[in-house]
Amino acid sequence: MKFSGVLKLLLLFWLGGVILAAFFYAPADRALGEAGRVIIFHIPVAWVTVLAFLVSCVYGVQFLRRRDLGDDLRAAAAAELGLLFAMLATVTGSIFARITWGSFWNWDPRETSIFILLLIYAAYFALRSAVEDEERRGRLSAVYAIVAFVTVPFLVFVVPRVYFSLHPDIITPTGKLEMGARTLQVFLASLGGFTGLFAWMYQLAVRIGERRQQA
Amino acid sequence: MTKYSAWAREAWAVFQKDLLSELRTKYALNAIVMFAIVTLSAVSFAVGQFAVGNDVRAAFLWIVLFFSAMSGLGRVFVKEEDASTVQVLRLAARSSAVYTGKLLFNMVLLFALAAVVVPLFVVLMALDVLDLVFFVGTLGLGIAGLAGAATIIAAIIAKASAKGELFAVLSFPILLPLLITAIGGTRKALDGVAAAGEFQVLLSYLVVMVTVSLMLFDFVWND
Amino acid sequence: MPMIALEFHDLAKRYSRRQVFSALSGSVAEGRSLAITGPNGSGKSTLVRVLCGLARPTSGTVTVRLDGMELLPADCRAEIGLVAPDMALYHELTALENLSFFAKVRGLAIGTAELRALLGRVGLGDRGDDLVGLYSSGMRQRLKYAQALLHRPRLLFLDEPTAYLDEAGSAMVSEVIAEQRRHGILVLATNEPGEVVFGDEVLRLGA
Repeated sequence: MKFSGVLKLLLLFWLGGVILAAFFYAPADRALGEAGRVIIFHIPVAWVTVLAFLVSCVYGVQFLRRRDLGDDLRAAAAAELGLLFAMLATVTGSIFARITWGSFWNWDPRETSIFILLLIYAAYFALRSAVEDEERRGRLSAVYAIVAFVTVPFLVFVVPRVYFSLHPDIITPTGKLEMGARTLQVFLASLGGFTGLFAWMYQLAVRIGERRQQA
Repeated sequence: MTKYSAWAREAWAVFQKDLLSELRTKYALNAIVMFAIVTLSAVSFAVGQFAVGNDVRAAFLWIVLFFSAMSGLGRVFVKEEDASTVQVLRLAARSSAVYTGKLLFNMVLLFALAAVVVPLFVVLMALDVLDLVFFVGTLGLGIAGLAGAATIIAAIIAKASAKGELFAVLSFPILLPLLITAIGGTRKALDGVAAAGEFQVLLSYLVVMVTVSLMLFDFVWND
Repeated sequence: MPMIALEFHDLAKRYSRRQVFSALSGSVAEGRSLAITGPNGSGKSTLVRVLCGLARPTSGTVTVRLDGMELLPADCRAEIGLVAPDMALYHELTALENLSFFAKVRGLAIGTAELRALLGRVGLGDRGDDLVGLYSSGMRQRLKYAQALLHRPRLLFLDEPTAYLDEAGSAMVSEVIAEQRRHGILVLATNEPGEVVFGDEVLRLGA
């Protein structure tokens, strides 16, 4: 699954375009002002971190079934990227919080959720570094990832519903998306762009890992 | 039906064995009681004469319970590894019976601790529990969920090195949803507000955690 | 009694960088025994673990043919007994409590009298109520035999059968081996030439 030169270039221009469009094409948000542009970056990055978690879990399950170390390699590669994107999501969210509400961190339910995801990724790698045998390492990390995965819905859906949140809700109670047309366009483009970025980095990490395994 | 009753009897045998062992050696019991008393005293002393709201007191209660759990529930599988009894146990018992027996043990251990700590906490912090049913219910479900998550993590760390530190590191992220909900539910119970939402969440957490653990335990326990 | 046989084909085991053994094949029929021998570190104990289902082979298969069915050893716990040097019983319980636990957890209804008789057979008749933690290594070895024979396994695995045992203990082991060779399958791993002799077939590792 190698990214050809053309594809890489396309990704580069796409993301470049998204960044430019976020500042010059999309209008400032009515309520949030210029800072509102962050949703174009913040949400896609948060989405990728959840996607990475999902990919890691899927390969974890595969490893438990097939015991193929290649599956474990892919699970770990996805988790590494997940950690990176989780940090990006936390930082972008925190900057936005500072600008809009005055403080970098409020333990708002969604902030708490991303923090927990960050902790899960960190714990995942702490576990991996504590197990020497490859097969055992793969098994234990897969089990932990799956156990952690089932607790995530409790955060994402349950906790914000139960508690009042500072987070601006772009999905209104009726379920409709509340975003200006232009912003929506750039947002969707960003979503695609960052997913593509993840895909590119992921297959790179996997290929590096495979070379290392062969050595 | 007999297949399940056999499994239940085997799980009970594991539980009884762990209980007997614990009563003789008191390793986990000592650790957990000591820790609870120390944290309880520290919290009570720190609060002192200050008037703190129910939200803070609910949080303190669960902090004491959580850290006590972290100090005492992790050894349930590690002790088998340290004593080299894993092989005989793996040959003699089916893995689901081992998991269930030890889950039961951890639950009993934590409930026993709570039976001591909670009344002490209520007295020391001069708590006025306005809704006793929800207070007890939230505590019960929260503790069961705590033990549930702790047991599968205990199984995982027993197979790794650096077990002690790893236990809390792995447990905390997956327990945070439970803790947040339990704290909220306890606060509501103290305030006399119905904590039905929290109840549902705690119950689902317990069910989900135990179910997933049962399905995955075999991969951890057997090579 | 249903027929039982143990077969293994092209077994290999490696731990991260180390290849412990490879390309091992063989079979042991009912009433027969296999002796595994080789220098220290040649993988005897590892092979025993793989054959009795406690470890997975890296490649290859182990099959227990029981009553026409083909099963993995891990699925035949009721028919497998193991004595090994790196295994231990519960030190904070008495010998009787240990055996009683293993009986219960295996779903067997074995009364105290029968358990005492089993302890007598392995030479611990009057020490059943002592804590295993107070046992000598020879006594612990004998108790391992009691634990292994509790459920009358058709497949008995003995890794270093006479470790820590005195003459009387070795005699007990010979009796156990003879009995097992009559009714079931015996696999033993040893360096003692006097014990290798008990194997109808011999598998040499590390050559």
